[in-house]
Amino acid sequence: MDITFVIEKFILVAIIFGISLVIAMYSTYAERKVAAFLQDRLGPDRAGPFGILQPLADGLKMFMKEEIIPTHSSKWLFMVGPGLAMLTACIGTAVIPWGSPITIGGKIIPLQVTDINVGVLYIFGVVSLSVYGVMIGGWASNNKYSLLSAIRAASQNISYEVAMGLSIIALLLVTNTMSLKEIVEMQHGWHWNVLYQPLGFLLFIICAFAETNRAPFDLPECETELIGGYHTEYSSMKLGFYLFAEYINMFVSSAVMATLYFGGYNYPGMDWVLQITGPTIAPLIGTAVLFLKIFTFIFFFMWVRWTIPRFRYDQLMHLGWKVLIPLAIANVIITGIVIAIVEKF
Amino acid sequence: MGTSVFYLVAFLSIFFSLMVIFAKNPVHSVLYLIVTFFTFTVHYILLNAQFLAVVNFIVYMGAIMVLFLFVLMLLNLNKENEPLKSGLLKVVGVVAGCCLVVTLIGSLKATAVSDPLVLQNPNLGLVKNLGKELFGPFMLPFELSSILLLTAMVGAVLLTKKEKV
Repeated sequence: MDITFVIEKFILVAIIFGISLVIAMYSTYAERKVAAFLQDRLGPDRAGPFGILQPLADGLKMFMKEEIIPTHSSKWLFMVGPGLAMLTACIGTAVIPWGSPITIGGKIIPLQVTDINVGVLYIFGVVSLSVYGVMIGGWASNNKYSLLSAIRAASQNISYEVAMGLSIIALLLVTNTMSLKEIVEMQHGWHWNVLYQPLGFLLFIICAFAETNRAPFDLPECETELIGGYHTEYSSMKLGFYLFAEYINMFVSSAVMATLYFGGYNYPGMDWVLQITGPTIAPLIGTAVLFLKIFTFIFFFMWVRWTIPRFRYDQLMHLGWKVLIPLAIANVIITGIVIAIVEKF
Repeated sequence: MGTSVFYLVAFLSIFFSLMVIFAKNPVHSVLYLIVTFFTFTVHYILLNAQFLAVVNFIVYMGAIMVLFLFVLMLLNLNKENEPLKSGLLKVVGVVAGCCLVVTLIGSLKATAVSDPLVLQNPNLGLVKNLGKELFGPFMLPFELSSILLLTAMVGAVLLTKKEKV
């Protein structure tokens, strides 16, 4: 392990971390603007031109608020909760290929922090850990509404993980590899996985909504039933972390969906652009395309939030266990049969 | 480097498993158990068994322990409403614990120092190789164990049904 390798990775990690935070910050602004657009309002427009400084004002407000730790809470876990939520939200970005390898000054640098050969499963593992932040925070608050919310989050997360895992299995049957880099490279030239796995993608995106606690699956923070949900007792930047983690989760799951199903950094006419612009500029254009796809998904997340009302709890469980899981199993079987037939002839 | 990392992680595994026992609060115990499982994941990575590592991560840390935590939170065991254990129960516990210790020490003394097992293929733990092994020479045991798991699952579902089926 030489020192340039460490520095290179460190810079890459720092950039990705910074970008995730900035995108999460501006997602809060975008969410308000999109909500306003869908409801025929103006949205935030006071801080700066078009209200573009609004996230900074919100962040400052969060930091300035009084920090309250309830007396009967378990203090240590109360503080661990939001930290864990942020941690699990951020570490998913490590295996996503952000672009094809870039050449700077004759040196080829891969735009991916690490390419492990179980990349898809790593993402899945990180997703399954993300519930701990909510559960620990909800329990440590020592408030029955927070506890109920934590329990809801746990059961929802477990239920939808099953369907998500099964939809990934069907995808792996098509790709034959778990390395995200190879999955993206395979999709070069319109071989996007969504064309081979439309049902799988539909299941995956529904489960992604459920795993990120976004509407219509935001039952853990259902304010009509649970006051504020798991973060009822939280104040100041701890609350900010929880809200922020949700947006980072949304960004990461959008990136995962773009990578797994929508060709990642691939776009039509890629080879032609590479010939014209050379190996330094072309990967950056690919990265820009990937981010365009990610922003489209983030917009979709918001669009759904302001369109579909929240599920009832029994509807949630019914959808998860009796609709999505049988569909996912059928998808795996059909994919297997089709692949067997195609390989035979 | 490899050995020192192993000793560090091994120390952490033992430390956190002891914390599981010594923690007063059952929820804290489960959280320490999750950390213990995480150190196991690191052990698997050190052994180059990436697939096993990530499956341990998903299944134990991400699913089973969430359910453990779920049940314990639902029971809401606090120190205030914990029933007092009778003296007899404590005596029984001590005696049973001592019996276990004696058995463990006896069996440990009986074992000789084993030969370090040399792995024939150090890349066995990678997904492709593991899959070929499981669906090749070990096909029958693998399928049988999955049927066993399925049976247990059907049984569990049947138990939760209140009405006669």
